[in-house]
Amino acid sequence: MSGGVEIPVVVSDIEQATPTVRRFRLTAASGQPLPHFAAGSHVVVMMESGERIIRNAYSLVDRAEDGSSYSIGVLKTRDSRGGSRFMHERVEVGSRLKISMPVNLFPVFAPGRRHLLVAGGIGVTPIYAMADELKRQGADYEIHYAVRDEAHGAFVGELRERHGDRLTLYRSDLSEVLAVREILPGQPFGTHLYVCGPQGMIDAVLEGGREAGWPKEHLHSEHFQAPPSGDPFSARLAKAGITCEVRSDQSLLEALEEAGVDAPFLCRGGACGQCEVAVVDADGELVHNDHYLSEDERSSGRKIMLCVSRLKGRELVLDL
Amino acid sequence: MTLHFKKETFRDDYTFSNSPEAIRRFPFPFEKDEYMYSVNIEQHMPGPQKSAFEFPIDIDEHYVAEMEDRAKVLAQDPGRCQSLPHMITAEWDLLELLMESMSKHYPEHFQLTRDGDDWRWVNKPLGVDQRFVFGDVSTLPYPPMEYITRQCQGDFALLDQRLDNLWMDAGVITAQADWSLDFDIGMNFMEWHAPVPLAKDMGIFERALKFLMNLQQGRPVRRLNWTMTINPRLDTSPENYDKWGVERTTVTPENVGNKVHLRVELQAMWRLPRSNAIVFSIRAYMIKMEELVTVPKWGRRFHRVLRDVKPELAEYKGLTRYRQMTVDWLSKHDDGAPTSPGFAPD
Repeated sequence: MSGGVEIPVVVSDIEQATPTVRRFRLTAASGQPLPHFAAGSHVVVMMESGERIIRNAYSLVDRAEDGSSYSIGVLKTRDSRGGSRFMHERVEVGSRLKISMPVNLFPVFAPGRRHLLVAGGIGVTPIYAMADELKRQGADYEIHYAVRDEAHGAFVGELRERHGDRLTLYRSDLSEVLAVREILPGQPFGTHLYVCGPQGMIDAVLEGGREAGWPKEHLHSEHFQAPPSGDPFSARLAKAGITCEVRSDQSLLEALEEAGVDAPFLCRGGACGQCEVAVVDADGELVHNDHYLSEDERSSGRKIMLCVSRLKGRELVLDL
Repeated sequence: MTLHFKKETFRDDYTFSNSPEAIRRFPFPFEKDEYMYSVNIEQHMPGPQKSAFEFPIDIDEHYVAEMEDRAKVLAQDPGRCQSLPHMITAEWDLLELLMESMSKHYPEHFQLTRDGDDWRWVNKPLGVDQRFVFGDVSTLPYPPMEYITRQCQGDFALLDQRLDNLWMDAGVITAQADWSLDFDIGMNFMEWHAPVPLAKDMGIFERALKFLMNLQQGRPVRRLNWTMTINPRLDTSPENYDKWGVERTTVTPENVGNKVHLRVELQAMWRLPRSNAIVFSIRAYMIKMEELVTVPKWGRRFHRVLRDVKPELAEYKGLTRYRQMTVDWLSKHDDGAPTSPGFAPD
């Protein structure tokens, strides 16, 4: 199986963390401890929705002390593919799901001397785990967390309790703005910054860091995204001799899976590179939505990442 | 499985040898009659019974003697074991991986009892009974990586993953084929592979790095690599080149069968859970030519491989000085008959 090990879990607790965020506690169905994970990891949650399986990646918030469970935070969004809605509307205590092994594409920079954790909205989930790990190590860190208002800030109370004045909260209802140019000055040599949140925030923070003269090696972000929707198109697999239709609300990877193709994947968010496939032919423009391929690779038109990228055209022929 | 551990040496009088059972389970690395680099990585899944791949961590008849040899190397040169400060979590991950695997697959020899973070480790062959607190360095006589690798066959390197690369930031390397941890520590994947000829132009390292960066927990991988060694010396390090380099000049047509060894490295890689580091294990197996040709297929095939290996590779592996003599000796064990595909003896 291309995605690796699948772990059956049971939803053992659901907490309404904010009006739009639920925290799900996922307990191993086997009773065996779940694997440890390094802060910043995510799992892919597999939801059986009638005929099809929805797969969404969620950052791990924590692991129970005894290893019996993980928790994840899920924002209710109008995502076209239905994963978030499924988690909010169909999953209840006792529901059975499957998850992948933890994968880490947003690790703490282990040799860093100081760590600035910057979160916006639901982007707080990996930051929560990273802050816990840095506290455990006795490391030097700060958390900067932007929320709409106190009620919409997931886990604010817990973060304040665990991290005290290492946490700075920015409430937009009070016109408080998380401005990276105010955070960066005076940070000592060896400081690393991590940002997770809406794309606009990530871009602004990274841009601010570069403007302040920070080396890009010290600026880290979680480039994780749901597969964007787009126009429907056909995908033909040259070797397998299969053709399938990719609906507008589906990723290319999901369409292949629906057609019974065991395609490779890990992050399903355009970051890891596992689902890179050679393009044989395309009668339109490739829409690259990943963060993996280089500019040269994109412009060559010879490669595509199945999980987030699409064709604006009629038929895409893949070397599969 | 109850093992009988041999009393033998890998230096001075070189009493190391393989029993007939050890010869049968030797991880012969050539599946064809020729050799060239490839990204020959496969899942590290359990292999056939009694093979070197039966368990994730292979313990064999040479275990006790190899651990004695490692202790000697570390006493003479503590620089063979190094760990940068940020690797301590990976060290504990490694200790857990090795203790769990060894105790699970060799319960007659090793036992692990866990009560939360209070652990007890029993190693009967080496006479160890250690209680300690997982995560508390002060409760072990050595730091965790050094502690467990003084009790486990194979060299180990711990690779930190950051900035789209892997960094060799810790390791215990006492049985190496002419590379130095002291030199490579802190280098990234491309840097420490820079001396390897040919493979770079084939794009092998880019592909291997991409593959390894996506290595998943619970899905370890392995590959085989090979070189040759004169006399069964585990410690063929650059640090000790003055001791073993000269031995390459001692090969004669009369002593090839006894002195010249094929040395195979079973390299296995695991993603570690808490640290997100990768452990790269390098388990060396040696077999002298006299032992190798007791398996007729291997004698025929190795003759052909060594005869036709590219000069750049022979030079890099340090075979040049005794290669022809060894090919001549092996030719007497190659009747030209076809060999069957795959590694296994016929």
